Amino acid sequence: MIKRALIQLSSGVVLGMAALTAQATDITGAGATFPFPVYAKWAADYKAASGNAVNYQSIGSGGGIQQITAKTVDFGATDDPMSGEQLDKLGLMQFPAVIGGTVAVVNIEGVKPGQLKLTGPVLADIFLGKLKKWDEAPIQALNPDVKLPAADIIVVHRSDGSGTTFGWTNYLTKVSADWKDKVGEGKAVKWPAGQGGKGNEGVAAYVKQLKNSIGYVEYAYAKQNDLAWTQLKNQAGSFVQPEQASFAAAAANAKWDSAPGMGVVLTEQPGAASWPVTSATFIVLYKDQVKPENGRTTVGFFDWAFEKGAKTAADMEYVPLPKEVTDKIRAAWHAELKADGKPLLK
Amino acid sequence: MAANSFHDALFKFVTRAFAFLVFSLLAAIMVSLLYGSQETLLKYGLSFLWTNEWDPVQSEFGALVPVIGTLLTSLVALAIAIPVSFGIAMFLTELAPAWLRRPVGTAIEMLAAIPSIIYGMWGLFVFVPFFQEYVQPGLIAALSPLPYVGVLFSGAPFGIGIFTAGLILSIMITPFIAAVMRDVFELVPPMLKESAYGLGGSTWEVMWKIVLPFTRSGVIGGVMLGLGRALGETMAVTFVIGNAFQMPNSIFSPGNSIASALANEFNEAGGMQKSALIELGLILFLITTVVLALAKMMLMRMDRAEGKKS
Repeated sequence: MIKRALIQLSSGVVLGMAALTAQATDITGAGATFPFPVYAKWAADYKAASGNAVNYQSIGSGGGIQQITAKTVDFGATDDPMSGEQLDKLGLMQFPAVIGGTVAVVNIEGVKPGQLKLTGPVLADIFLGKLKKWDEAPIQALNPDVKLPAADIIVVHRSDGSGTTFGWTNYLTKVSADWKDKVGEGKAVKWPAGQGGKGNEGVAAYVKQLKNSIGYVEYAYAKQNDLAWTQLKNQAGSFVQPEQASFAAAAANAKWDSAPGMGVVLTEQPGAASWPVTSATFIVLYKDQVKPENGRTTVGFFDWAFEKGAKTAADMEYVPLPKEVTDKIRAAWHAELKADGKPLLK
Repeated sequence: MAANSFHDALFKFVTRAFAFLVFSLLAAIMVSLLYGSQETLLKYGLSFLWTNEWDPVQSEFGALVPVIGTLLTSLVALAIAIPVSFGIAMFLTELAPAWLRRPVGTAIEMLAAIPSIIYGMWGLFVFVPFFQEYVQPGLIAALSPLPYVGVLFSGAPFGIGIFTAGLILSIMITPFIAAVMRDVFELVPPMLKESAYGLGGSTWEVMWKIVLPFTRSGVIGGVMLGLGRALGETMAVTFVIGNAFQMPNSIFSPGNSIASALANEFNEAGGMQKSALIELGLILFLITTVVLALAKMMLMRMDRAEGKKS
């Protein structure tokens, strides 16, 4: 313990000295809003540790891709991964940065957080407006011990385009053919039922206020607002609670190599402990770095964040990437990033 | 002398440049809105206006729901705000004791200074639960059995929806309309009013038959100012309208307005959806222009009618 603390301390001193001697490089990134809180915290801590400032603008995933394409920023951030084709065309590399979980939340009198059990198809039917009352057989059958009211289900969804909605609708598309036909997946979709709240906070507020409602929010919002999240049945057939461990299980069980740029959508992953609506958020940057110093700082920032920022992320209810994944990312940096035809990193 | 006339010329030039700046800004906004919305303009043409469809996944868009939501919420807001403002202005100019006029007047002006997001949050966190629990069920029970208009008030009590948005808007625009009304009522020559009182008119008669006709253009101007704010209001409406792209089937059902659709979806929109959103902006721009033009025309016609009478 003491030894480890000493090593950390000395590495901190070395880093601090390095910061004093080296010229600080400021880099800019833009994109997804979902990871903004953790990127901002990482940036502040990284500035203190290295002297390099990371300026991140949360303008939305679409804007992030636009900005990196126009080369106005050093890295872009997006919630839905770019396809291999897009990445190749633009000469971009992509890697995941942090993981989050989306949960269904309900407001039913007497139902406590983690008590109600739902499956993907039932959830899809609720959001399609096909299941209209809480005490209908498909819901009651999953919850024989819970007294469900004979009240109308009020569906609450996001009114703004968001990565959270992308993850949620991607999940519903995977588990329900009906949903796939009628609605599909996207950052904004044509909702067949219910009303929309703006942002996670808007949905959380609606669910809190409207009795017999159901909505979906990032896990952190459900926790902070004391909302009653539900259990979900995963691909392996077991009911799981949303928590750091089940999000991490989904990330660990995912086949990261199955999509170019590790662009895996983490919904409905295998594994008995995996939470079915997990999602990663991604970083994109040019393989060929015109400003090598900025490129090295960008990579250095995420390298530092994977190592030292993991606890910060966990404290903020995000899930740090598993070690196997960060190892793969580091290998990809060394293999793919170039400056003047030479590898960017030594 | 030469220096003076040069200064005058310069002054004239500068002020004229400022005035023309307004025109060029308007033109620039118009052009960029048209340019940004060309994709949907070309694809749908005018049918965009009456298409009830908003599907970002299939990339099919139409403006009917947000246009109706915008007009309905503003209509509800005016229906509530105009009588209330008239009452406030009448009380302040005719009935209130002198010591009360200033504090009440200041309080109303302060209502106008509250940022709209505060109204939105107050609406969602304080008003909506109260309204849903205590007021709306009563309203629905009392009004929905009425013939013809009953269907307007039917539905489940969500608390949020078009009526709630209109109500919040009415609170926001009342201070504007009331302040303008009070100011123009005060401009009525005391001689006119005193003569009417002298002939035995009641306060109501004096207000309705002397003060209001005399200040008509000012009153309409105040109402238009309020309507302009109601049409374009974004944050407060977004909080309480329900943000659902569904045709409202009563004034209690959730809907959407142009401004809140823009605020909600612009961030993550791209391609066709972005173009559709910009065209919504264009439509809002045209609606406000048409409303202003109609108000001006109404005033002109009234003035002409006045000329004939005397």
